[in-house]
This record gives sequence, structure tokens and C-alpha cells, in this order.
Amino acid sequence: MMVFTPKNKIKNHKESLIKSLLIIASTLSILTTFGILFSILFEAIEFFQLKSVWYFLTGSQWTPGRVDSQFGALPIFSGTFMITFIALAVAIPVGLGSAIYMSEYASWQMRDWLKPMLEVLAGIPTVVYGFFAAITVAPLVVTVCESLGLRASFNNALASGLVMGIMIIPLISSLSDDIIRAVPDAQRKASLALGMTHSETIQHIVLPSAMPGIVSASLLALSKALGETMVVVMAAGLRPNLTWNPLEDMTTVTVQIVDSLVGDHAFDSPDTLSAFALGLVLFLVTLVLNIFSLMMIRRFKEKYKINTL
Amino acid sequence: MKSDPHPFADTHLRKRHRRARWFKNLTLFAIGLSISFLFYFLTDMVVKGLPAFQQTYIKVTIHYTTQSQSNPFAALDKSYRKIISRAWYRALPQQMAVNPALLNTQAEVWALADDQVDQYLKGHYHNLKPKERTLVDHLQAKGEVVLKFNALFFSHSDSKIPEFAGLKSAMVGSVLTLFITMVLAFPLGVMTAVYLEEFAIDNRWTQFIEININNLAAIPSILFGLLGLAIFINLFGLPRSSALVGGLTLALMTLPIIIVSARAALRSIPDSIRQAGYGLGLSKLQVVQDHVLPLAFPGILTGSIIGLAHAMGETAPLIIIGMIAFIPDSPDSFTQAATVMPAQIFTWAGMPERAYIEKTAAAIMVLLGVLLSFNGLAIYLRKKFAVKW
Amino acid sequence: MENKIKVTGLNLWYGDNHALNNVSIDIYKNHITALIGPSGCGKSTFLRCLNRMNDLIRNIRITGDVVIDGKNIYDKDVDEVSVRKHIGMVFQQPNPFPKSIYDNVAYAPLKHGQVKKGQTCDDLVEQSLRRANLWVEVKDKLQQPGTSLSGGQQQRLCIARTIAVQPEVILMDEPTSALDPISTEKIEALMLELKQDYSIITVTHNMQQAARVADYTAFFHLGLLIEYAETETIFINPVQKKTEDYVTGRYG
Repeated sequence: MMVFTPKNKIKNHKESLIKSLLIIASTLSILTTFGILFSILFEAIEFFQLKSVWYFLTGSQWTPGRVDSQFGALPIFSGTFMITFIALAVAIPVGLGSAIYMSEYASWQMRDWLKPMLEVLAGIPTVVYGFFAAITVAPLVVTVCESLGLRASFNNALASGLVMGIMIIPLISSLSDDIIRAVPDAQRKASLALGMTHSETIQHIVLPSAMPGIVSASLLALSKALGETMVVVMAAGLRPNLTWNPLEDMTTVTVQIVDSLVGDHAFDSPDTLSAFALGLVLFLVTLVLNIFSLMMIRRFKEKYKINTL
Repeated sequence: MKSDPHPFADTHLRKRHRRARWFKNLTLFAIGLSISFLFYFLTDMVVKGLPAFQQTYIKVTIHYTTQSQSNPFAALDKSYRKIISRAWYRALPQQMAVNPALLNTQAEVWALADDQVDQYLKGHYHNLKPKERTLVDHLQAKGEVVLKFNALFFSHSDSKIPEFAGLKSAMVGSVLTLFITMVLAFPLGVMTAVYLEEFAIDNRWTQFIEININNLAAIPSILFGLLGLAIFINLFGLPRSSALVGGLTLALMTLPIIIVSARAALRSIPDSIRQAGYGLGLSKLQVVQDHVLPLAFPGILTGSIIGLAHAMGETAPLIIIGMIAFIPDSPDSFTQAATVMPAQIFTWAGMPERAYIEKTAAAIMVLLGVLLSFNGLAIYLRKKFAVKW
Repeated sequence: MENKIKVTGLNLWYGDNHALNNVSIDIYKNHITALIGPSGCGKSTFLRCLNRMNDLIRNIRITGDVVIDGKNIYDKDVDEVSVRKHIGMVFQQPNPFPKSIYDNVAYAPLKHGQVKKGQTCDDLVEQSLRRANLWVEVKDKLQQPGTSLSGGQQQRLCIARTIAVQPEVILMDEPTSALDPISTEKIEALMLELKQDYSIITVTHNMQQAARVADYTAFFHLGLLIEYAETETIFINPVQKKTEDYVTGRYG
């Protein structure tokens, strides 16, 4: 005869206790997000009670530390976009090209070499890139410009942008590599069997299929470039400068956040609070980019029924 | 047009093949560029940093006199004043106070040279006067100036005197901070991953958590610094610049990395293992605890090491919470002001003296060495425990 | 009966694995030839030798001649890309590109420069889809993605895509094994229609299918061509004992 043990109360108790612990742990990520949002939001609101939101978003004078200080963040935004643009102009073509070579052309042995090397590039701390930008690349840009008869500032936006671009290459290449390899082989075979060359197959079939993933990777890269701090703190300027010339010095949102929080200002002065207003903009913009990017990658995964990316 | 030599001849194809080769070479160029960036960068750091592992020492005769007790500069010949490190002079009275028997004796020792002498010998920019330069050249010819291994770099902490500055407090600070980070992030990350992979049902709440985690992994790190400043320091009143606040902040940043990799590790365990456990009459918790987790452990460990390496190189949020203070002595508790290696690199990079450039590059070499060994360990573990299901 | 493909002494190694052993066979124009045999017998490998799809696999070595229209396609002066243009291929799993139905068909002819965008291209697409018995079902939704079609329709789209390049030979690698019986019937009917214009070589696991559609049948076993004859002979009166065992279902 079979004997079924009745439900063990103590054991059940323990199980549900552990399960509740697991649930609590998993909510921590949500607490963190809201923690970031609120810790920035409250201070930012305080700032906007002192200074106009409209002028903050559209004004072109950023003059903290004065009696009649003005907080028009336009030159800061423009510097951020200029450096980000340079970074993406380097990282997207080079990263995507590297990904295509690794996933489509390279032999297995070669891949085994190339992939860890790009991982090394990805593992280098940002402060190291910052040092590289400030000590090596910026003087190089100045020298090259001089030989071309151009004047470049030692804090030129180009150097920060270039180094930030190098920094982001592995982000784009590793995501794109995964995505290109996730495109079903049947599509490549079909194209080759129609008499297409390998390169034509990649350009006309593989890349269009991988496009949502590549766009998603690029959005993540954009988000990363906008929020990158160390490279610009160490290599870009402090002076808000509204200009189109990448050889001039420019400042960015993150530089200004660091600058206003590291100085000796009173915590409730508008100078310090402006950091949180800038932080709020950065948070909202990167949040939208991240979510958009996640949605695109999710759609790609559903299309090809992948659950490993 | 020439008639086709055979049915498969296609003149049009030559152009297409040329374009195909172009495209392939373009991608090859891209990866070549990425790899050469890496090599240029590494070479640049090594060339800049390697000299810092050697430091100049000068052979001197110390006269331990009563006068030199109050004015250490009197202990050596006046001509040495500019070429010996101020830090070395400063240590003399202390030495004599500890050991009174030294009074009225003489000793021949290798004294730490001033950073300008050091830079001069290494061929960098220096501001030695011609008189001092001739003296150094003269001493060098006599073999009284040598470059020795720079042990001070590892046994000393930060200093405003470049030749005397070392990494010790930053290394200690990094260890303390990362200890806090891992103690928090590892269990919480694994627990979250276990919940999401093994227990959670796929509903809106779970999806919300998932989006949150992925978003957190991509939020600019500096914003975590703002969180640390506003919550841990201003709200909870934890000590600014301390390893505790730094560790807490980094833990929140590392959490998503650990969760994502732990989930991947759990997902790679085939369902048949779970089914087998249930078939034996085990409860869900027992199956997870005794069968799934041990199998997923190497994968979780690998991900956590990568997360740790990531946290170790992070700087921006730590600047915001004040971990770039000048720390001349190593902290010995979690609540004392501390700095970490990347923050030390940041402060040294901003120093005006030329001697700090090589210090910075050398600190970068040390940091990269540690990070690369972490990553190497992770890759090794991944390979060693790789199981094909 | 005109000879379309003449294979002599074809050998193929995957690394050390001798996957095709001295295969010689004549394939006739405007007929359907079925390749049958147990899994791993080399029939699909052989099929892929006919349009040089095996060139894509690393570590492979091929010797022997595959002469199509009097030219050995493994000669040095033959470009494998142009071989594939002349020898179309349909795969086991329907694999339309994630493009519109129209673009699926128009893609290759446009890239090959066989047609220009515009009316001639529209005509070619219509003609190819009609030829593949798909036109009526899709003519109102040419801009919808090819992947939105049912499995059987997708496979006919793949056939239309192949026809559009105007090949002379069509290779089919188990074209119906992923389809339901009704779709299978439609594809088989289509194959019988298409053989008027093309030489078709099909690999199949399904012996009834071979018996239904093929004029000639080749039986492969362990990389060897055991027997090749008219389909009727193979199924009713095979010479080899192995063939008899296989077609009567004793193994495989």
C-alpha cells in the first residue's frame, strides 16, 4: 500500500520564506531605478524653483558661480552631441565592420583570437581611456592640425570623441556579431544558391535581417556615449562653448555634473543643484534610448525565436 | 561582344567579385583598425608607465648630528639639497628619534632622489639647473646614481611628492570597496536570477523587473553616483568618501551584470535535470538548491568575476561620492575616507608634475594587469567547466 | 534522350571521412531524377556537388568531373557563383527572405542584371509566380512579407524565386519533408509540370514520392551509388540486393 506523507508544515514554511526572500531581492532593481529617479528628481525640482526650466533648456549662457548666475544648458547639450556624434561616427562603421568580418569571413581559429582581443578593449576602464585621450590623443590631434595649418585646442572635442568611439567599438561589435550570427543560415544558403556572391549575400540579405539588432546596438552605444564621463572629464573642456568646430574645446553634461559636485559649493546652491537638473535630462534621454533599444532587440528575438541573446 | 567560351562564363561577374572583395577588405580594415587601436594603446601605456617601476637613488653619506635633528638638510652636503627627495630628508629626524644611538655617527646609504633628477635620468622633461645636472652627471659617472626597482610604488600611499607617491592606499581602498560590493551584489544578484528563472511566472510584473534590470545595465554610471550622494550620504548620513558608500554604490551597478549572467547560466541547465529531480519527489526548492544551482555555479562565478572586474575599473560614480580625496595613509575601516585605484589614476592624471604621468601610466598597468587576470580567470573557468548538453 | 549532366568518378572527403566514393551518373534533360537512400548515405552531399554548394564547407576535398552542358563545373576557369545561377536549388525548410513576396522573386534577377526595375521586372515576377502555381494566391498581396505565407506557399515561393533566375537545372533537397500532405501534393504536381522546361534532381526520404514523380531513381548507400535506373526498375525489379532491401523497407 502506498503511504503519502501529509504536507510538512515546517518544510513548507521554509520554502515560502525563501521564496519571499527571492522576491524581495528581485525588487531591488526596481528600487534602484526609482532611487535614481527620485534622488535626481527632488533636487532637480528644487533647482527649477530657483531657475527657469525654459531658459535651462533653450538658453545659451551657462555662468554658474556668480551673483547673477545663468543656467542656459544649450552649449552643454551641443558639446555633448558633438562629442557623441564623433564617437558614433567612429564606433558604428568600425564596430559593425569588425562584427561582419568576425561573424562572416573569419575562420574559427581567427575568431578565437579576435573575440578576446575586442573583449580586452571592452574591459579597459574608462578612466584609462580618459588618460589616453588627454595625454596621447589630444596632443596628437593638436600636432596634426598644426601641420595642416589649423588651430586646435588641447581640450578639443575631436580627441574625446575619437577615444570615446574606440571605447564603444566593442559594444557595437559584440552585439552585432551575436545578432549577425543569429540570422538563420538558411537565408544565406538560399541567396548563395541563387548565384549571389558572399558579400552580396551579406549586404542584401544578412544585414537587412539583422538591422533591428544593429539599430538596437547603436542606440545602446548612443546612450553610452551620452552618459560617458571619465573620457570627457579628463580630455574635454570645462567651458560651455556653442560651436560647430570640433577642434575647439567643448564641455558636456557629465563634465558639468562632476564639476559642480566636486567643487566646494553649498549643497543647496543653484550651482550644485544644476548638476541634478542636468542629471535628470541625462536620465530621461538614456532611459528612452535604452527602452527603445530593448524593444527592438526583443522584436528581433521573437522573429527568429532566439532566447540566448 | 566576344562569344562565351563556355556556358558558365559571365563577364558581368568579374565586376561583382571585385565589389565583393572590396566589401570584404573594408570589414577586414575595420577589425584591423580595432586591433591596432588596442595595440597602439597598450604599447603607449607600457612605454609611458614602464619607467615608473624604476626609481633613482643616490649614494650619500649621512651625518647624524644634533643640527640635522632639527634641520634634516644639514645631514647631507649642501650640494645634495636639490637632488635628494624632500620626503627622504623629512624622514630623517624620525629615524634619529627612534634610534638615538645614531647621533654623531655617519652612514653611507642610497637615498631617494628628487623626481626632477629621476625624470632627467629617464630622459623626460625636467627643470634641473645646469649646476645640478653636472653634479648628477658627475655622480652617475662615479656609479653613485642608480635606478632601482621602485618598491615604494607598492609600499607607499599617495603623496604630493611625486617620487614618494605609491598605490598602496588605493589598492587597500579598492579591496575594501570591492569587498562590500561583492558581499552585497553576489547573493542579491544570484537570488534575483534564481527567482526570475526558476520561480517567477511570466506576467507583467516579471516583465517589468526584466526591463528594469536591462535598463539599469545601460544607465550612465555617473547617475549611480548621484544616487549614492543623495541617498547613502545625504539621506542615510553615511560617511562621505568611505569604502562603505563606494561599495554600496558599485553593488547597485554590478547587480544587473551578475543577474544577467546568472540567468544565462541557469537557463543553460537543461530542463531534463529539473524533471529528473521532480521525478524523484523533490520539492522545487530542493531541485534548485541541490541540482540546478551547483550545475550553474561555474557560469555564475564567471559572470560575477566579470562584474567584479567591471566594478573595479569604475570611476565616475566614485568621484561624485567623494572618493577622490587625498589619502596619504591606507584606510583600515570601511567608514574611513578611502580612494580606489581608478580614482587614484584620475587624481594623478590631473597633477601638474611630469613625474606623475609615468606614475599614472604605471598605475594603469597595475590596474589592467589585475583586470586582465580577472578576465583571464573568467575565460579559464568558462572553458574548464564548459559542458555541452 | 538528351544528357544534361555527366558525373564521372566523383569523390568527396569531409576531412578524413570519405563521403562520396567514385560516383558516376548521367542525368537526363527534362526528366526528374530522384536520389534515395538511408540518412548519411551521401545523397544530399552529392546534390550539393552539382551546384558547388559544398565549396562553402571548410575542410572539404572533391575530385572527379561534373560536366554540365559539356563543361566541367570544377574546372579552374568556372566561377562557382555563375554555376549556382544556372543550377537553381530548393531547400528542405522553406526559407523565403524576410522581404516582400515581390522582392523575394525579384531580388536575384535584379542583382544579376537579368531585368531592370519596372515593367519587365513586374512581368518576370508574375510569370515566375504563375509558373510556381502561386500567382492566384498572392497577386493581391505582393508587398506582404514572404514569411507571412503558409509553409506550402513559402516553398512554392522559393521555387518561384529559383525559376526567376532562369536556371536550366533545379536541385531539390527533400522539398516536401517539412510540409503537410496537401502542400506536398501541390509541390509534386508542380514538379511534374516544371520538368517540361527544367531538369529536376530531387533528394527524398519518401519512397512513394520518388515512385510518384521520378523518371529515374538513384540509390545511394554509404557514399556509393548502388544502383541507378528507371524508377520502375528500381522499385519493381532492382538488380542489387541492397536496393531491394531498402525499397521494400527492410532498413533505412
